[in-house]
Order: sequence, then C-alpha cells, then structure tokens
Amino acid sequence: MPPSNTASLRLDIRICYPDFQLDVGQDVALDGVTALFGPSGAGKSTLLRIIAGLETHATGTVRFGSELWSDTAQRAFVPPHRRGISYLFQQSRLFPHLHVADNLRYAVRRAPRALPGPNLDEIVAALDLAPLLARRPAELSGGEAQRVALGRALLSRPRLLLLDEPVAALDVGRKREILPYVQRLLRQTGVPAIYVTHAIDEAALLADRMVVLDHGAITASGDIATVLERLDVQRLAGRFEAGVLIEAPIVAHDRRYHLTQLDLHGQPLTMPMVELPEGRRIRIRIRARDVALAIERPVGISVRNVLLTNILEIVEEPRTAFAEVLLDAGGTHLRARLTRLAVAELGLAPNRQVFALIKSVTFDRRSLLPALGAPSGDNR
Amino acid sequence: MPDLGPLVLTLQLAAITTLVLLLLGTPLAWWLAFTRTRMKPAIEAVTALPLVLPPTVLGFYLLLALGPATPFGKFWLDLTGTSLTFSFAGLVVASVIYSLPFTVQPLQAAFEAMGRGPLEAAAMLRAGPLDRFATVAVPFAARGFLTATVLTFAHTIGEFGVVLMVGGNIPGQTRVISIAVYEHVETMNYGEAHVLSVLLLCASFLMLLVVYALNRGRRLHAT
Repeated sequence: MPPSNTASLRLDIRICYPDFQLDVGQDVALDGVTALFGPSGAGKSTLLRIIAGLETHATGTVRFGSELWSDTAQRAFVPPHRRGISYLFQQSRLFPHLHVADNLRYAVRRAPRALPGPNLDEIVAALDLAPLLARRPAELSGGEAQRVALGRALLSRPRLLLLDEPVAALDVGRKREILPYVQRLLRQTGVPAIYVTHAIDEAALLADRMVVLDHGAITASGDIATVLERLDVQRLAGRFEAGVLIEAPIVAHDRRYHLTQLDLHGQPLTMPMVELPEGRRIRIRIRARDVALAIERPVGISVRNVLLTNILEIVEEPRTAFAEVLLDAGGTHLRARLTRLAVAELGLAPNRQVFALIKSVTFDRRSLLPALGAPSGDNR
Repeated sequence: MPDLGPLVLTLQLAAITTLVLLLLGTPLAWWLAFTRTRMKPAIEAVTALPLVLPPTVLGFYLLLALGPATPFGKFWLDLTGTSLTFSFAGLVVASVIYSLPFTVQPLQAAFEAMGRGPLEAAAMLRAGPLDRFATVAVPFAARGFLTATVLTFAHTIGEFGVVLMVGGNIPGQTRVISIAVYEHVETMNYGEAHVLSVLLLCASFLMLLVVYALNRGRRLHAT
C-alpha cells in the first residue's frame, strides 16, 4: 500500500533466533497514525526498536523516505539520535534527576529550530502540564508521567513518533485520562506516528491505518476499518472483543427516549444519545457477539436495530461450538458470532439475505471519535 | 618536628592515581556494564584480581613487568631517562593497577543500575553519545563516581606491600606514609610512627564516613 504522494517508511527486516522470528517487508505511510497491532510476543516492540535504531540484531533495511537508515548488507547505520524520531516508551523514562520543566527543556534544547513544531508553552497548555512543572518525576502518577513524556517527545520536533504501548502499564482509569490527550495531540501536531498496541479499542480510537503482526510476520495491513473486519484479525483481537468499526453520520436525535439515529447506507441505526450535532460522522464499534441473525424479519422483539444484510463469508471454528459470519449491509461490513448449530439449522450460506439484529444498548461508546479538544464525555 | 614528607607524597600519589583511574576506569566500567560479549566474566575476573592477590604477589609481578628489561620498562627508560621501578612514576602505575577494582566496581554497578533505558530515552530526544554520558549517565551515576573516587583515594593511601616491592623506600620519591611508619617501627621510633599513623587513621575514617553517609540505604559493592 505505498501511497505515491506521501513519503513512507520502508521496512525489510529479518531476525532469526531459535525462539523468536521476525520477517517483515512492509511500507508504512508517513501520514497519520498507523496502529501496529498484535498479541503479546508477536514482535511489535522489537520492530519499533529496529525502526528507532535501538535494536541492532536484525538484518535487512530500514528506509525513511529517501533516507537509508540501516542496511546490514552495506553496513549502513544512522544512529538513533540522528533519525529525528521520538519514542514514547511503556514506562515514561523521564529523567529522575530533572524536574518536569527541565525534562521538557531537555527536548527543546536539542530540537532543530528549522523544523516546525509546538513550543514549550503550547505543549504545557495542550497537555495541562502547568501544575506539574516544578515536580520531580518520582512525584508523578503513572498517567501524569506519561503525559509529560508525550509532551517531551513532541517538543523534540520528531519527523516520526513511535509509541510503544504507552498506556499498557496504566490502570483503566489512567488510560481513559491520557488517551484523549494522545488522540488530540497526534491530530493537532500532524506528526506521523506508529502506535504499538495489543488493545483493539486503542487502535480503533487512535489510528487511521493498521498493520497486524502475528508471530513475527505481518498478516494484514491497510485502512483501519477494513483491517478490523478481517476474520484472522478478529481472532487476534480475542473473540470477546471481536467486532467491526463503522463510520456513519448522525441523522437525528430522539430527546424523549434519549436516542441518536445514524444512517447506515439508507438503513437506520439507533444508539444511546450522543451529544454531537446532526450530520457529524462518528465511529462506532459493533461486537460480533452482539449481532444475531434471522432469516425472516422478526416481529415482537425488543431489539430495535434490524438491518437487511447479505452473507459474505462464514468461518466455522473447528472443535468449538462457534462460527463467525461476515455480513454486508449496503457496503458496510458487520460480523456476527453464532453457534455452528445455528448456521446449520438456518441453512446459512454465502450470498443469502439475512436480517442482522443488533442490540442497540451495546454500542461501544469508547470508540466514539470526539471533536478536537473535546475528549469523549463518556466516563462510565 | 616529625617529617611530613611521606604524608605529602602519599596524598600526591593518591590524587594522581585517582585521577588516572577515573579516566581509565570509567570507560572500562561502561564497557563492562553494557557489553554483551561472552568474554565479560573473564575480564571482570581480571579486573577484580587485585582484590584477592596478596600485595606482595602483585608487587612481585609488577616489579618484573616494569623493570628496564621489559619492553614497557625499556620504553619508559628511553623516554624519560629514569627507571620505572623504584620511582614515583612506577608507584603511580602500580597503584593504578592495585586500586583498579575500587574504581571500576562502583562505577560498573552504578551504570548497570541505570541500565540502557535512560540512555535510549535521551537518544530519542536527539542526544548524541557524549551528550548522553554527560547529561544522563553522570547524574545517574553521581554516587557511584563519588564512591569510586573516595575508595580509590583511600585504598591508594593504605597500600603497603605493592609499594614496598615496586618502590622501595626512597625519601621524596617512594617513601609513602605506610612505608615510613613501617620504618619508624622497625627503628623503635614509636613517636614518629604515632604521628603518621594517627593522621592516616583519622583521614581514612573521615573518607569512609563520607562514602557511607552518602550511600545511606545503599549497599556498597566494593568494600
């Protein structure tokens, strides 16, 4: 997927250890946020460290646009500090001997003035760091430390930002506290970023594109909504969380019942009310386990969302009770998780028309894309 | 009036040795802390040898190694016109080797405690290798540097066997405090022996007190 108009990061990398293999040939567009997704131990962090030049045990090449960053055959290697990269680690790695303000200045002092980027005051304001400036890193909570680290990374005016599961070490509350900042800053600064995660909702929230790494090899890559639909990616995401990401415009609000209606290619879809203007496109996630199928339009049931769909593909999971069905709803894909018995008894098969029953209460509100500067007000 | 020449000479020797060892020991400790070579245990063992060898054994080999018959000793003789053995310069060389572990071990421990993490973080903020060393590693390892400095200084002051073997007892050249005390005792001159001994005792105690006070709550790796 190398786009012709933007520069890209071109990876051609191999590591071959008895207990760990990595074999990656991939172009990553240097534009927007790319999620590098995969289960633990898939090699995501190793790949990120190779891109940064921190890991030197791989063979192959790394090219950044027209620059050759490393090529083991030619013995070419640009040292990490000359690559113009910033790296957000799982632990903040703030310098403990410096106050927060000096940690930030450490980056400012070494940032090239010729490159555009936010200045210290802008970062302090955008990340609400003012109350933390005089503190030592040891006096910060995990979430605060990551916020400072994010600010420090951006103040370095990177040409590429690498984020290595920056919220994985935080508890759920801290994650919710920092993710809106990450989302907003990535969009505002426009720095191309690679975001490593094994959490599907972080990828869905932050990324434009997704690259899936499993057992050291790339198994899928492309636009995030497209990749998230794929069955093999669903498997990695875990069956419980598997689902699809849908973008749809708001057409109306029902204030009496506190509902919002979306338009999905001509078919209505309702969800608990979202305080956003009509016409605004939002992203929602529908989990496969929340979709049931019927071969006739059902009557007298509580489920309000019934969509007419076409079956595209059915994947039965051997030695389990379950099957996954990929559906097309006028161009948007849905996934349903059924028992294999249901598939057999209903005679489901590709190209067959079925009704998808979606329980409206289960829309994943965390995946809403809020407006710039307005972190999702949803704090359940 | 007791002769304080040995005291001055001892302080000179300890100061120069400490300086040389910080310059040589820091890169060695850095390398030991971060290398992935399989040679590491062997090199660590060699570095620690002066801790376990009797000073006379070390001094004996140094006497042979620094003598004018060896390439190094001959090179020095040609260069300076004086022999390395039984000279102040020879004492410095011997002390550097004798006190090496007292510099390397605290520094290596400090660098290992720091790890690669902070250095990588600095590299990702465009800091080059020397920049990283000065602005990250030195502050991180500050106590390691202090421990190394004080221990090296104190240990050099306290050496006896190696000095005796390599330097002998030449006033103003190699007659350091421990040698002087030994000679005073041998010649039943207990008064002068007391003066120098008490001075050395107090100075050593003060130096160690500083180290332990600064390392409160932390274990020393090289005592």
